[in-house]
This record gives sequence, C-alpha cells and structure tokens, in this order.
Amino acid sequence: MKTVTLSHGSGGKAMKDLIEQVFVAAFDNPLLAPLDDQARVPMSLLAAYGDRLAMTTDAFVVDPLEFPGGDIGTLAICGTINDLAVGGATPLYLSCAAIIEEGLPFDLLHRIAQSMAATARAAGVQVVTGDTKVVPRGACDKLFLTTAGIGVIRTGVELGVHRAQPGDAVLVNGVIGDHGAAVLAARGDLALDAPIDSDCAALHGLVDTLLTAAPGTRFMRDATRGGVATVLNEIAVAANVGIEIEEDAVPLRASVRGFCEILGLDPLYLANEGRLVAIVPDAEADGALAAMRAHPLGAGACRIGSVTQRRPRQVVMRTVLGGQRIVDMLVGDQLPRIC
Amino acid sequence: MKYVDEFRDRDKATALLREIAALTDAIAPRRPLQIMEVCGGHTHAIFRYGIEGMLPEQLELVHGPGCPVCVLPMGRIDDCIAIADAPQVILTTFGDAMRVPGSRGSLLQAKANGADIRMVYSPSDALALARANPQREVVFFGLGFETTMPATALTVLDAERDGIGNFSVFCNHITIVPTIKAILDSPDLRIDGFLGPGHVSMVIGTAPYEFIARHYHRPLVVSGFEPLDVLQSIWMVLQQIADGRAEVENQYARVVATGGNAAALRAIARVYELREFFEWRGLGSIDYSGVRFRDAYAGFDAERRFAVPGVKIADPLSCQCGEVLKGVLKPQQCKVFGTACTPETPVGALMVSSEGACAAYYRYAAKAA
Repeated sequence: MKTVTLSHGSGGKAMKDLIEQVFVAAFDNPLLAPLDDQARVPMSLLAAYGDRLAMTTDAFVVDPLEFPGGDIGTLAICGTINDLAVGGATPLYLSCAAIIEEGLPFDLLHRIAQSMAATARAAGVQVVTGDTKVVPRGACDKLFLTTAGIGVIRTGVELGVHRAQPGDAVLVNGVIGDHGAAVLAARGDLALDAPIDSDCAALHGLVDTLLTAAPGTRFMRDATRGGVATVLNEIAVAANVGIEIEEDAVPLRASVRGFCEILGLDPLYLANEGRLVAIVPDAEADGALAAMRAHPLGAGACRIGSVTQRRPRQVVMRTVLGGQRIVDMLVGDQLPRIC
Repeated sequence: MKYVDEFRDRDKATALLREIAALTDAIAPRRPLQIMEVCGGHTHAIFRYGIEGMLPEQLELVHGPGCPVCVLPMGRIDDCIAIADAPQVILTTFGDAMRVPGSRGSLLQAKANGADIRMVYSPSDALALARANPQREVVFFGLGFETTMPATALTVLDAERDGIGNFSVFCNHITIVPTIKAILDSPDLRIDGFLGPGHVSMVIGTAPYEFIARHYHRPLVVSGFEPLDVLQSIWMVLQQIADGRAEVENQYARVVATGGNAAALRAIARVYELREFFEWRGLGSIDYSGVRFRDAYAGFDAERRFAVPGVKIADPLSCQCGEVLKGVLKPQQCKVFGTACTPETPVGALMVSSEGACAAYYRYAAKAA
C-alpha cells in the first residue's frame, strides 16, 4: 500500500507530485491552475453577487476520517460553505490546507480529495488555493483539514444575532443529531450497530430559499459542535432574550433517539453538519417553513419554539411530560452515563 | 418508540399528578413531606422531565447518595491517577468518571498530562483491550453499585478462565443498603419515604430493604426510571403514608424480581467480599459499604498489583454535601453553592456529575434567580 511519507512534505519533487496528482487533479479550475502563491479574483466578479464580502475559516478534525454519509473532505467543504451561507452570503471561493500524518494511505487521501472536489462542484464553489504539510507520526492524527472561504452578501440582506426579538419563531430544517450519532457509531467502540448517516450538506441553497420566503429573517446559525442547544444558548445570551422550546416539537430520527436513549446522551447537544437554527418573525414563520419543506434539505423543517421576554439569557424546554427544564450550555463533552 | 413512549405519556402524567396532589392534601403534613430518591438515575429522570416543578409544594424530593460518580472520594481518584501513571498502564474508565476531581486534578487532566486513559462502555471492552495489548497492563476503574458489580465480576471470571495476566480492576464498587441505613440513623433525618433504586434491585431483589419498613417504619417503593414510573412510585409512597403503612413495594416489577438475579448474585458472591468500611464523599466512612476482591482474585486487584498512595483526603470544610444528601439542606442553602462550587469547579460531590443534586439545581435554580 502506497503511503504518504515525510518526503512528500519536503518541498521537492515528491511534494509537487502529491499536490498535482491528488489536489490539483481533483479541484481542477482556472483560478487554481497557475499554482501561484495566491488565487487572484477580479473584484467585478465578486460585486455581481452583492455589496459585502464575507470571510470565514474552519479547521476540521474527525475520527474516523470516513463515516456513513460523509468524510472529513465533505465536512471541510460543507462546514465552510455553511458558515458563509448562514450569514446570507453566496459562497464562492475556498482555500484548503491539509496537514497529513506520515503513513496516511495514498488511496484514502485521494478518496478524500475527490470527495471534497465533488462536494464543491455540486455546491458551485471552487477551491482556488491551498497548502500541504506532512508531519511525523504522532504529530497529528492522520489528516487535519483547514478551509477558509469567501462569499458575497446579497444587497439588502441583514442578519444578526442581536435582531432576535420576543415573539420570533425558532425553526430548524430537519431532524437533529444525525452527524454526532453517525460519527460516534462509526468509531466502532460502542458495539452498537446503528445505521445512521451524517446529515453533512451544503446549506446555501436552502438559505436562499428561506431568505426569499422570509425576508425578515433575523438570524441563522448552523448547529455544529454543541448542537442545537448550544446555538440556542448563544442566541439567548447575545440577544438578551429567553428561548422556549417544546421537547415534542424537536424532530429526531427514531434511530438517533434510540442511540441516545441507550447511551444516555441528549440529542440537543449532538453535532449537526447540515442543520441550521433560524430565528424568523412570527408572521413569516409559516411561509419560511413551507418554503424550507419544499427544498430537499428542509423537508423535515419544524418550528421548535419561540423567543420570549421571560427569563432572558435562558433556554427553557417544556418536556414531553409538561414539566420545564433549563437547557444549559455543557461544561465539556457529553459523557455517556454509567447506568 | 415502543416501551419508552408509553412511560412518558403526558395525559397519564397529568392524572397521576392530580392524584399526588390530592393525596398530599389528604395527608396534610405539618411540614413538607420529604421523599428521597436514592438512585442517581431517578435524579436524572426527575430533572430531565421537569418533574420536581410539577409536584405540590408540600412535597419535596431529596436527591440521595445513589450517584456512584458523585460519592467517590478524592483520595480514590488520586489513587486511580497513580495507577494510570504507572509504567505500561492503560487505564480504562466509564466516561462520567473522567471529570471527577481528585486532590490534584481529574482523570481528564491526567490524560492531558500524558497518562494513557481510555473511555470504555463496559469492563469487557477493557478486557478486550488487555487481550489486544499483551505487553501492556490494562486496568479497569470499577465503579458503581450492585448494578455494575456483576459485569465487573463476570469480566474478572472471564479473565481468570482465559488466563489473561495483564488485566486488573481498581475496585470502587459500593453497596447501597448500609448507606441508606447510615442516612436513616443520622439524628437530623427528616425523610418520610424512599424511592428504591430500580437497577440495583434488579440484581439484589427487594428483600434487603425490608429493615427500612420494619425497623425505621418508612415506606420504600422500588421504582423504574421513566417519568411515569417515578410519578407512580411517588404516588405509592404517599398512599402508604396516607394509610399509615410502611412496606417495601415494587413498582418496577417488569424488571425487578423479588429475589433479584441469581446468576448476578452468584458472580458477586464468588468474586467480592465486603470491606470493613469505605469512604464516601460527602458522607464520610460507612461500615461495610464497599467491596474488594477475595484473596482468590488478588491477582486481578489493581490495589494489590500497583503501589497506590491510599491517602485519605478529607472533604473541604466548606462543603455541605452530607446535609444536602440527608435532605437537611436544599442545594442552594449550602455555603459554597454557586460561588466556590460550580459544575466547572466542583468542591463537593453533588456538583460533579449531572446526576448530582447540586449540579442539577445549579443549572435550574441559579439562573432562574
């Protein structure tokens, strides 16, 4: 089996081969092709999309690198696209930096680069610049990817967490927790055979649909690490409002629910990679839901609660039983319970 | 979801709550009735479903000592870290023990400092790790009440049968009955009745609780873990109080047999013997409340295989976990609650795990204020 060695990071011919055969071949586009130290994008091209530039960056580490429904490559593309999209930006260009641990099989690296390229192509974005480093065994875990992205915000779109107001609706675009459960299950140390696929998806098309149907949308955030619960807490604190959600309105796949029941995990804290929380004025909520449900990535969209004046900076859940509990930020990772 | 949703039915809960309120009124207590749920699993369910807030004001739940992670004393965590730091050791543990603070940090911090500490989901995972790494010493951090005791015992018996020499257990298994007795013997006790631990009882049966009814004249109802189980059990305790009865009843009959689980009890009897005393965080030393390996299994006893400091670390003076555990104080009445003692930097046992009463109250009450 051919593997990546330190010589592939040495700056010499082996490195040139790796970059050209793996990354350039996969990402193939005219902005990348010159292989200069930077990609050069005409301003006029950007200006056609709107009036403000959005920029973001995200680092991706995941174990295992490949899991049902995606891999670190799809995560690296979708994650950065989504960070741009939830700000109302049309994502356009991405960078990709790879830190590779020596010994990584070439086949695996190739598969991941191909999957990044396919995801980017399907999303209509281009990876226009990048970097590769190879580090000794133990200095990183197999493969770390960092992508940065730029997008352009449409004229007139104004989103901000501070705009959330009492009375607004809290929406999600589908069942939650799939990604977190899929990755945990794929790690294989749970001895649980759970057929759960990651929800990893690029959401800019859905965001576009949502903003067209509900132009008054206040704010959106993709519910990645820390899950929906963490995003709701961030909104409650930043906007100094309360948020009330209904436990039985939170959409959950039966398999994810069973997975969480067995392990004592709360799905509200599981990571998602294709789910967003949207705060929408009450009057536009029904229209927003209808529009999202008509989109393939929003078929399971639901209203899970409302922004309130009561108990500012707190997220309160009305439980299936009719009781109430605070949904707080976690101190650290969710840890499975003993018994 | 079958066998789950039936036990979370809102209409049935509402009906039960009405009956609970009516019974409490009928009893007309001079001070609020206190029912202690012994088990951390019940505490978890009570907070997860918001049950406490739906109960009548004259009825209080006291969250008992049955969270095995919470009651681990600091000295034992220090010992565990000493084992993890020994050469060649892979220390394996249940996830929720990772954050429990010892006197010099938690297992999570020891891991960050270089110890090879891995989370497992059962002792058999730890044994598998020992088989796969014959050149390493694999130690399992054995924790919990009778619920987890048989699995550890059976794993040790497997290791013995297969001659696995590089596997051992740091045994911190504890037994609930002497601890309930210690609480009942305390002079400031105010508990009017108990919800008995469902999963412990699945192993030991219901007979070991008879003394509570007989000698202490307190009702005890062995309860399941779904919200309707908990509500029905509360109702059963109240019914006993209203009738002037004190009996052991079994609400969780779909899981708990009166005689317990014979195979599990055999494994426990074969592998463990009682320690003369064991230290509990918040409650101090309690006679015959912990188990260790019998001499025949000394080879699997990490305490005998590795040098452990074995130093007793006293609970911080400011910590009032003991009073909270006995229902004398509510969590927010403790001197350090929410100030020195928070989930990020727990001083006392009850702030450590999500099943601890103080951690649960902190998340609910501190912010509501």
